[in-house]
Amino acid sequence: MANSDFVRQMPLGGHASLQKSLWHRLHLDPALLFLLLIISGFGLFVLYSASGQSVETVKRQGAFFMIAYTAMFFVAQINVDMMRRWSPFVYVLGVLLLVAVLFGGTVGKGAQRWLQIGGFRFQPSEIMKLIMPLATAWFLSSRILPPRIRVVLISLAIAMVPAVLIFKQPDLGTAILVAASGLFCLFFAGLGWRYVIAAGGLAAIAAPIMWFFVMHDYQKRRVLTLFDPESDRLGSGWNIIQSMTAIGSGGIEGKGWLQGSQSALNFLPESHTDFIIAVLAEEFGLLGVIALLLMYSLILVRGIVIGMSAQSTFARLVAGAITSTFFVYVLVNMGMVSGILPVVGVPLPLVSQGGTSLVTLMMGFGILMAISTEQRRLAH
Amino acid sequence: MWQHDRRYMKDPIAEASLFQGRAFTSLLIMAICFVVIIGRYFYLQVIQYQRYQTESDKNRVHVQSVPPKRGLIFDRKGRLLAENISAQSLVLVSERIPDMQSTIEQLQGLLGLSDEDVETFKVRLSRHRPFEEVPIKVGLSEEEMAKVAVELHNLPGVEIRAQLVRHYPYDDMFAHVIGYVGRINEREQQNLDEENYAGTYNIGKLGIERYYESQLHGTVGAQNVETDVRGKILRVLDQIDPIPGKDLTLNLDLDIQKAAFDALDGRRGSAIAIDTRTGGVLAIVSTPSYDSNLFVNGISSKNYSALRDSPDLPLFNRSLQGQYPPASTVKPILGLAGLHFGTITPQTTVRDPGWYQLPNDTRFYRDWKREGHAARINVADAIIQSCDVFFYDLSYKLGIDKIHDFMASFGYGEPTGVDLTSERGGLLPSKDWKLRTYNQPWFPGETLNIGIGQGYMLATPMQMASAVSALANNGEWIQPRVLQKMDDFTPMPKRRKTFEVSQSNWAVVEEAMRDVIHGQRGTARALARQSAYEIAGKTGTAQVVGIAQGEKYDSKALASRQRDHALFVGFAPADAPRIAVAVVIENVEHSSESASVAKKMMDTYLLDKNGELINFAALDGIDG
Repeated sequence: MANSDFVRQMPLGGHASLQKSLWHRLHLDPALLFLLLIISGFGLFVLYSASGQSVETVKRQGAFFMIAYTAMFFVAQINVDMMRRWSPFVYVLGVLLLVAVLFGGTVGKGAQRWLQIGGFRFQPSEIMKLIMPLATAWFLSSRILPPRIRVVLISLAIAMVPAVLIFKQPDLGTAILVAASGLFCLFFAGLGWRYVIAAGGLAAIAAPIMWFFVMHDYQKRRVLTLFDPESDRLGSGWNIIQSMTAIGSGGIEGKGWLQGSQSALNFLPESHTDFIIAVLAEEFGLLGVIALLLMYSLILVRGIVIGMSAQSTFARLVAGAITSTFFVYVLVNMGMVSGILPVVGVPLPLVSQGGTSLVTLMMGFGILMAISTEQRRLAH
Repeated sequence: MWQHDRRYMKDPIAEASLFQGRAFTSLLIMAICFVVIIGRYFYLQVIQYQRYQTESDKNRVHVQSVPPKRGLIFDRKGRLLAENISAQSLVLVSERIPDMQSTIEQLQGLLGLSDEDVETFKVRLSRHRPFEEVPIKVGLSEEEMAKVAVELHNLPGVEIRAQLVRHYPYDDMFAHVIGYVGRINEREQQNLDEENYAGTYNIGKLGIERYYESQLHGTVGAQNVETDVRGKILRVLDQIDPIPGKDLTLNLDLDIQKAAFDALDGRRGSAIAIDTRTGGVLAIVSTPSYDSNLFVNGISSKNYSALRDSPDLPLFNRSLQGQYPPASTVKPILGLAGLHFGTITPQTTVRDPGWYQLPNDTRFYRDWKREGHAARINVADAIIQSCDVFFYDLSYKLGIDKIHDFMASFGYGEPTGVDLTSERGGLLPSKDWKLRTYNQPWFPGETLNIGIGQGYMLATPMQMASAVSALANNGEWIQPRVLQKMDDFTPMPKRRKTFEVSQSNWAVVEEAMRDVIHGQRGTARALARQSAYEIAGKTGTAQVVGIAQGEKYDSKALASRQRDHALFVGFAPADAPRIAVAVVIENVEHSSESASVAKKMMDTYLLDKNGELINFAALDGIDG
């Protein structure tokens, strides 16, 4: 009962029943779609400036958006129960692909991330971002919740196996995101608070072990840089000093679109990919940052609301995990560029240039839309 | 009962409310995190705004490339042939110029820049890197400096920069061998190491400058500089010094080069001198020449089209690219081939009525001397008097295959591989070549033409010089080399034996070559007058146009550019050779013209200030 009440109160939930049914038939969530389109459009403007006013780059990114939105649309058509039934098999396949990457992957930028099959090149770690919440939710949704210790441990294993494989590539950013999406499922499944606190304690113990035995030199450097960027001004500290300068010099109102000198002067490395928020902050100021965060927040609220209105535990957990992962993207990216989190390769969703990660991101929103439209069909 | 269910069975309603609790918690956590993020951006953008604004606008730390100093080029006696001089340039940084058009107009008024200068600048501007300084005028005079300096404060983005600019003190004398540096063009840009060339505008385009580009260039350095908003460098924070390019010492000798250059006196031709013992190129001149300095800062299109369109082709490097019939200069080598293969002996004579006919052929092959040289003539006299009939007969008997192989061993038919750019290989015909090129068999009559270095055969002056140097060395061919040493590196030239010719056969040919100059009937006997040493050599006149059967060569009737080329190859001193020389002068008919150029080059190398032969044996003794 509570659920259907919520549907009625939803903003943009459709006042005209005709319109509502059209969106339903297309399996699209109009509120979510509207927010995504606004950020995508805004992102293209920022990208145009960050890429040194390259129409070519914007066109390419526009093409990626078309592909990504199309992918989202198709994913939204899949029946949620079918997703649930298939997820264990897809998970096993995903893990096998990750193993294949470690042994026969293509090396790019010092890390093995790509797998070539025929003429087709792709990153299994990206696909894992989608599979992980589905697989963990599949496992947890068939157990009694809140989960007991044995279930918690198995869920952890499900989350950590792919994460470790991805970390080995090495790709710390994606590994964290993948592990996080599994852990979020656990959290939404009602993981006891004492486990959450215990996990925090474990992490504190694990950190030094990771530092001395697991982390690569370049990963260590990134962490050190966080505490003292000035220690290596021209080396690993360069990015962060330049991005902080770009952000800070933007002030409240910003220097204006296309007026940011930091990226135009090529001071800001990766200005159109991971560090694009610095360009936005420089040109649109704090107001631009807040506006962007506001739109992200609306997406997060909408995602959680979809989860709360979902009919099955599986759908709830998936919606919660996908939304939370999206949140981690935003948090980690904006945190690292502004110098409060270590630099890991996490793009700013919908704004950073890039094809593969955009497509997986939008496919995630496709799953959300499938969940959103399915539960309403049931509500009728 | 209900409690029991709660524990052991799934309870959808309980799970849903559990999720709702977690959902609100997660939204709360997200909100807190976003507040922290906004706090961080607030801190950077509001509280620390002044600091970062200053960082961004006033104290931009640049990593600036420091281009390496280009290596210098010296002649064998340490005289500078290419140096770097400091020049003041006017540079523009378009990103700092509010109105480019008016700035250009202002500068045009100040300096009287031509429209062409402006066009060149705009082309450069269109492909500059962001915030790169693009020169609009290189080499400002004192007066121009003063004019600009006064106005500089009104011209944001305009700077005067001191740069090292390549300079060639001998203008046109070494243009074809040293070459020149010029602006890096787009094609070169794609092939070079961008990092190492950051801050470098010029690259070797031709000759030594191009061949040894990677050694001359050096390795780029870097410095971190603090600049103000206008890009003016406030201070240098730290610097990685560039590694300067290597200095080159060449085998070239300024004096011989000058002697050859002056003796050629702007006529179309080439003169090359080689150190017979090392293969070192002592002089290599192609005239008419051009001033290499014109190209360094970008040649104006007026100057360039004048050079390009001149009928005398000053841009054409005759020494390496000019392919001439070697004419009678091949006779000593062919005579040697005849003796070596036993086709003739020193005593074999041939009847010389002034023409030659193949068996069963009605065609007459003329001798340059209509009445013939003697009733019967032997190989030595045939070389000395340059008898064509003897060599028609000899080449017919040798056949093209033997001629080809023997000549090829002296370096004909392929580039010598000298350390210079755009060398051509001439043409040494063979049966194979004829079949490939014309899809025709070889005709015996064609062999006769090869016997006098005409017909299909072509050679560059460089090939002729290295071949005659091999003659001087009793058959050891040494690859010619312009570079003598680079820092402590001394290149070892390739050497190869031509044919194992017996000493007595060598003696016949060398004696005959000596008598070309010093004999009673030698074709270059004029050189023998007042010579402090003995020269061995061979003259040649190369036909430019074919003379039809029965027609007489009439120089008056021929246009000046159809007259014969004059050739001379030789070495000296004849008994202990030190220097080999090849000279080609186009359309001057008389081989004595070339011979006299060669003589002047030899004199410069072999004679001391008092006009006496330098005692090289003694010098070698000192050298150890």
